[in-house]
Amino acid sequence: MSNAEISPQEIKDRKIYQEWGLTDYEYNLISQKLLQRLPNYTETGLYSGMWSEHCSYKNSKEVLKKFWTDGSRVLQGPGEGAGVLDIGDNQAVVFKAESHNHPSFVEPFEGAATGVGGIIRDIFSMGAKPIASLDSLRFGELSNPKNKYLLEKVVSGIAHYGNCIGVPTVGGEIAFDESYDGNPLVNVMCVGLMNQDNLESGLAQGNGNSIIYVGAKTGRDGINGATFASSQFSNDEDADRSAVQVGDPFMEKLLVDACLEIINGHSNALVGIQDMGACGIVSSSAEMASKANSGIHINLDLVPQREPEMTPYEIMLSESQERMLLCVKKGKEQEVIDVFKKYNLDAVTIGNVSDDGQYVLTQKGKKVCDIPTKTLVDDVPRYHHESKRPARLDNITKNEITVKDPTDTMLKLLSAPTIASKHSIYRQYDTRVQANTAVAPGSDAAIVRIRHTNKSLAMTTDCNARYIYLDPYVGGQIAISEAARNIVASGATPIGITDCLNFGNPDNAESFYELDQSIQGISEACKMFDTPVISGNVSLYNETDNKAIYPTPMIGMVGLVEDNNHITTQAFKHSDDLVYVVGNTYDDYSGSELQKLLNQKIEGKIEHFNLDVESKNQKLVHQAIIKGLVSSAHDISEGGLGIALAESCFENNLGFAGMLNLNANQLFSETQSRFVISISADNQDAFEELMGSNAKFIGKVTDDDSFNLKLLDNQINTKLSVLKSAWEDSLECLMK
Amino acid sequence: MYLAKIFVTHKKSILDPQGEAIKNALHRLDYEAVENVSQGKYFETTLNCDSEDKAKQITDSICDSLLANPNMETYRFEIEKVGD
Amino acid sequence: MKFAVISFPGSNCDYDMYYAIKDILKEPVEMVSCDTESLDGFDAVLIPGGFSYGDYLRSGAIAKFAKVMPALIKFANLGKPVLGVCNGFQILTEVGLLPGSLQNNRDMQFISEYEPLIVQNNKTIFTNEYEKAESIMIPIAHGEGNYYCNETELESLKQNHQIIFTYENNPNGSVSNIAGITNKNGNVMGMMPHPERAVEKILGSEDGVRLFTSILKSFKGGILVE
Repeated sequence: MSNAEISPQEIKDRKIYQEWGLTDYEYNLISQKLLQRLPNYTETGLYSGMWSEHCSYKNSKEVLKKFWTDGSRVLQGPGEGAGVLDIGDNQAVVFKAESHNHPSFVEPFEGAATGVGGIIRDIFSMGAKPIASLDSLRFGELSNPKNKYLLEKVVSGIAHYGNCIGVPTVGGEIAFDESYDGNPLVNVMCVGLMNQDNLESGLAQGNGNSIIYVGAKTGRDGINGATFASSQFSNDEDADRSAVQVGDPFMEKLLVDACLEIINGHSNALVGIQDMGACGIVSSSAEMASKANSGIHINLDLVPQREPEMTPYEIMLSESQERMLLCVKKGKEQEVIDVFKKYNLDAVTIGNVSDDGQYVLTQKGKKVCDIPTKTLVDDVPRYHHESKRPARLDNITKNEITVKDPTDTMLKLLSAPTIASKHSIYRQYDTRVQANTAVAPGSDAAIVRIRHTNKSLAMTTDCNARYIYLDPYVGGQIAISEAARNIVASGATPIGITDCLNFGNPDNAESFYELDQSIQGISEACKMFDTPVISGNVSLYNETDNKAIYPTPMIGMVGLVEDNNHITTQAFKHSDDLVYVVGNTYDDYSGSELQKLLNQKIEGKIEHFNLDVESKNQKLVHQAIIKGLVSSAHDISEGGLGIALAESCFENNLGFAGMLNLNANQLFSETQSRFVISISADNQDAFEELMGSNAKFIGKVTDDDSFNLKLLDNQINTKLSVLKSAWEDSLECLMK
Repeated sequence: MYLAKIFVTHKKSILDPQGEAIKNALHRLDYEAVENVSQGKYFETTLNCDSEDKAKQITDSICDSLLANPNMETYRFEIEKVGD
Repeated sequence: MKFAVISFPGSNCDYDMYYAIKDILKEPVEMVSCDTESLDGFDAVLIPGGFSYGDYLRSGAIAKFAKVMPALIKFANLGKPVLGVCNGFQILTEVGLLPGSLQNNRDMQFISEYEPLIVQNNKTIFTNEYEKAESIMIPIAHGEGNYYCNETELESLKQNHQIIFTYENNPNGSVSNIAGITNKNGNVMGMMPHPERAVEKILGSEDGVRLFTSILKSFKGGILVE
């Protein structure tokens, strides 16, 4: 790589820094103010990586500050590898979500697999054992063969990594919409469990302490990955190289076990630990040092390398997977290295902490970088962005909708890929390894019990991006509310969230408005449900041909089940149980599946949503569950009450007979804040007294293969098995 | 008829966890001479076409479109005339 | 009765097995590294599921060279109980303690599912607590669980009543719906489904418990294999 020869003056004159994403303003700030000299090739490269949005959040920080991050359970909020919440008994839950959108578009199998690997490292670097993962996926419509290919490969990539490493994939969601054509979203969330005494942080401090590199060797993975993959190869030699990152779940399994052994048994030797994620060695080491106001000196010759003749730039910015960086007390290095040796892992001291605050790299006896560490991390400029309310939010046309044949509409909605059963997908995920899964995919939220206690954790990922597209603020509130509804319906109390903010280019004022408003909506709702934002990730620039995706702030929420007897699923349990709907139904079709099906458009105004009502209904359902009155509880979401009722019937093949005070349109209305609840007749009095007018009796569970529903203006009388096969077979058929 | 023997392997510079795991196992079995292991795929396809050039062209095309993942893999092949 | 759980690099069901013995069966159990060269002092050996050495070459292919293997073979030849689950089953076939092999699932996809199994032979040290022909729910989670053996081997499995569990709705294409088999002697069993994941009501099934109590009962009662 002869580029290393390019002189500082040439970088300035030819504005080479621009190719790496630094602006003139940023370059001048570095050279004139921060360094007061011209940065060399390696230094310029380090700045370009560390000052990218991915590492610095320079474009989003001003709005991320608006998130509510407090709350009595928070042990660690945003800023570390992952957030941590107190769940009592000296235990804590750790979780975070991350996006791997672009890598998954370029190379879906490895992109998704390494996404899983990356988020798992964030969890165990905090000192927690990864106990579950979830995903949230968005693709364009399956009528496009490219999207089928992406879906198939992304799912097998997630399965490959998660199954092999032995972290159960317990839940997730998938939605399809044209806006994700050419820009799929692959968001992965990981949840860990830890003893509070083991809480670690990514810190490099103490003059003379050692920096130890562990795990896979460093290759040229991910360096200019995007340009590599766009297939414009200049010659045959280039065509025979690849920068695609490949995941090795076996190596990571060893890393998890070894790192947790060190955290549990050698905490006296360990100062700090961090995953090498985006921007590899430079981001992990600079962040660890900067947090402690330390300097750091690294000898690049000591970094384990997979390929010959790597330049300092390549070594520092490589995104090779399955690597961790540790800061270890001087004199204790061998103790730590011996643990890794037991697991057959490479662990090497590559440098040490210094008290001069400088970030110094040497290679072959030559100093190749010497800059203040703080300038890489803390001196990144923060940008203020113009925000403009998109015109579509004010030019609202009144949308009309007419359901003529509710049975036919029901069948079509059940087979819409966003609603249809995802069984053919999640059966590829090992959902039960670790033997703690109490509720596997297929209900509102997944539930993982905490071994040796009577408690469990409930978890879900959620986001209806169409609502956010139609109203970023209220849509943000709805995203949190729906996630909370899933958690509550499962018998848990929501305790916190993580997020992946997938948006378009922030330089576009309308995109920025969507980001800003939805964050405010999310934050408002988080306060209402006492679910602080404890971690998250930002993915901007999601667009193809200047057309942005629907704004998609994916929410990952965790809840606590205080007593395992409270665990509740969406499935009807016994015939003759009484069925109620909680919450009022209005004419809410904007952004609904019904609107997409019948009008092939997403438009209109989001109405009738009220956080107080949402909160009140959730509290009532929670109380009913705690009192042991409820047989099943299901959140009403895409496709409305009609779909929720059918879904409640499917798992145990129980029928339903009932009568609604609604018309055929309203059966599929997506008014928020509603649940379908079934109870045993023995609990009728207690349940009705508790719920008052907030729950309306609508029918009974039956033991035959029928679904009979009388509406104000129409009726549905069909076999349940017909509905079920429409729902069950659809996705598999579409994938053929 | 032509027989195409196709070898698909990882591109250079890409991590090959399979090859690494096998190499380590061989070292544990004292095959210290083993420097490197690369795991790939091998295909045989018979092609009903009338010239070797045509067979090469078809093979190239099926490798590009299906057998090899152009992001990560590279391929080479040998063409033999079979039958009459 | 003292159990050993052999842990390979890449095993990921080792603790599930460990807790099934410790918390549910409530018998002494130890995690044993695959680098151990002796299994003296143990009364039963459990080989857990997972992806030993990443299973990159072929499931169980690299594990068969682990240092513990001569000791394991010796242990099995003494007639003591050895149970391999999932990857453990694959390893036992690779080592030759069980006939046949496990191939890619028929649909070439990983399958994770609760599956109904039929107990074909309840006169073994692993299944004496079940009823014959009983249907039990045990989860599977594998990509290579399609059991294959040639016709002679299959005939011999049938003759000797070595087919212990079969699938009710064969999910992976296994010959004769085979989910679990023993060796001729009846003291080594391999099965793809995970009994250790079905030992508590909260996990969805307790049907796996009786497999472990069967082993214990045989040991305490000195039951011999048919």
